[in-house]
Amino acid sequence: MSLIKHYVRIIGQQPMDGSHPTTYNNVCLDGQILVSNASADTLLADIYKEHINDYPKFYKMDPLCKAGFVASELLLNAEGRRQEQWGESRGVVLFNAASSLADDRNYQATIDDPETSFPSPSLFVYTLPNVLTGEIAIRNHFYGETNFIVLPTFDSDAMASVMEMTFSDGSLRSLVTGWVDCYSETDYDVLMFIIERDAVSHRNELSDEIKRLWVN
Amino acid sequence: MVVKLADNIISPLGVTTEENYCAVKAGRSALRLHEGVPGIPIPFFASLIDETILNVEGDYTKFERMCIQSVAAALAQCDIDASSDRVLFIVSTTKANVSLLAGGRYSALRDLPSAVLPGVAASRIASYFSNNRIPLVVSNACISGVCAQIEAMRALEHGLCDYAVVVGADVQSPFIVTGFQALKAVSTEACRPFDRDRKGLNLGEAAATVIYGRSDTECDRWQMVCGAVRNDANHISGPSRTGEGSYLALRSVLQKIEPDDIAFISAHGTATLYNDEMESIAVERAGLTDTPVGSLKGCYGHTMGAAGVLETLLSMCAVDDHTVLGTRGFENLGVSRAISVSSENRTTDRHAFIKLISGFGGCNAAAAFKKGGDR
Repeated sequence: MSLIKHYVRIIGQQPMDGSHPTTYNNVCLDGQILVSNASADTLLADIYKEHINDYPKFYKMDPLCKAGFVASELLLNAEGRRQEQWGESRGVVLFNAASSLADDRNYQATIDDPETSFPSPSLFVYTLPNVLTGEIAIRNHFYGETNFIVLPTFDSDAMASVMEMTFSDGSLRSLVTGWVDCYSETDYDVLMFIIERDAVSHRNELSDEIKRLWVN
Repeated sequence: MVVKLADNIISPLGVTTEENYCAVKAGRSALRLHEGVPGIPIPFFASLIDETILNVEGDYTKFERMCIQSVAAALAQCDIDASSDRVLFIVSTTKANVSLLAGGRYSALRDLPSAVLPGVAASRIASYFSNNRIPLVVSNACISGVCAQIEAMRALEHGLCDYAVVVGADVQSPFIVTGFQALKAVSTEACRPFDRDRKGLNLGEAAATVIYGRSDTECDRWQMVCGAVRNDANHISGPSRTGEGSYLALRSVLQKIEPDDIAFISAHGTATLYNDEMESIAVERAGLTDTPVGSLKGCYGHTMGAAGVLETLLSMCAVDDHTVLGTRGFENLGVSRAISVSSENRTTDRHAFIKLISGFGGCNAAAAFKKGGDR
């Protein structure tokens, strides 16, 4: 029996030479291929328009939040419990390696030359990775724990350990969690899923399952 | 139970926890006006670390040297083999080595030095102590320092490590300073937490380390009792008008600690209009208006990733000294709820306190600490 009932995988990678990517499954939801062979720079907006389309704030988000937000929407739609009042019983804990690097680079560009540009407050607010966990909490009225953990590289053991630890909080019944890494508008990698409290007593199995979904 | 084994604070007010506590108790502050800093055209009030107090040799950034020096000072107080895989390093930071991006030196992603990635920076810090276990970087905005301690407590309680080394730090690079200036969140004078004339926050630099371990017997050590993290689910960069997340975090913590045991609440108290007002609402909703509330931002400014650790450690010193530290910069209560803030040091005979903190992304955390076992 699998511990992870709903998961979404989104991969956006633009070849360095600017050519169209080769055959590629970009978006996969609960094992079903949703989008393939799409271009990384338009993929997220395309999914938004086709599957979400009622949250214009999406367009203000930085690339990390766009990738994570779109993933969370697909995931929570698949779960089919969007009307529930979650209160403190659901949290959001996400992981990556790049922190908010994509937006950091964009903000840095606005301060590198004081002669030609001004620091952008709208870019600056996204220079924290946990703004993504906040965006997901706001959209879904999740009042439970939100946290963002940066790791040197993808590591399913470290992630499964933190997930298990998070359920020390007695109010928590389920977590929206996973890996959301983003280096630029055309370079992102997402594996997001929902786990319930009873899954985390099997830490090693959870780690194996995360690893399996990641490489597939 | 999870107990504190060692600690350190490096700031402009001193390079040990003791030096820092004495400076704060005496009402000192390192906040001053900085003008003509390269990359920061607008003058700003801040508490900045002079690099001459950093003594770590080798090819390390300022951020890494602050962390390494602070961790080394804490490790020197206890008999722990830091190279063991039973020792977990947890780094609390918001921006780590972001200053490596400055000046457009690396236009291509592939040319970026790997240390710009916080996890790589954390590995460099852990590797300095020959620790090869994968470190955790808690990057939960301003509440990172409390979240990192909560993760340490949980890792110890779950037996995932025998010792947890938590280090919090941030460097006030042009990246952060210009950003907060752009948000119009900074005060052009020394900040005034909870005061009616408060005009915004000051930024500060510090590194703070706490080492936690497990103990069944020792009752004379500081104990981390519990902690909770809650989201406002309201706004990514503004505090909740109802103090929702902070209230919920306080409510959770109060299930495991008696209000009558609490000497004080060490609040976030950044001196922005909205943060301090929000905290007053949360404290009132939690039924803690009689409990003294204080902020250390008037001494250090907002030290970001360090704040949650630094303010926890100084609160421990204060309780040990039977003292509720005064809030520097405070004069007249300027929040809507009647919370108990004082500019002067007060005395206490209680043995516990709550650290309260909140940050961008709508996140809030509270944690309770007490001295000794069940008394």
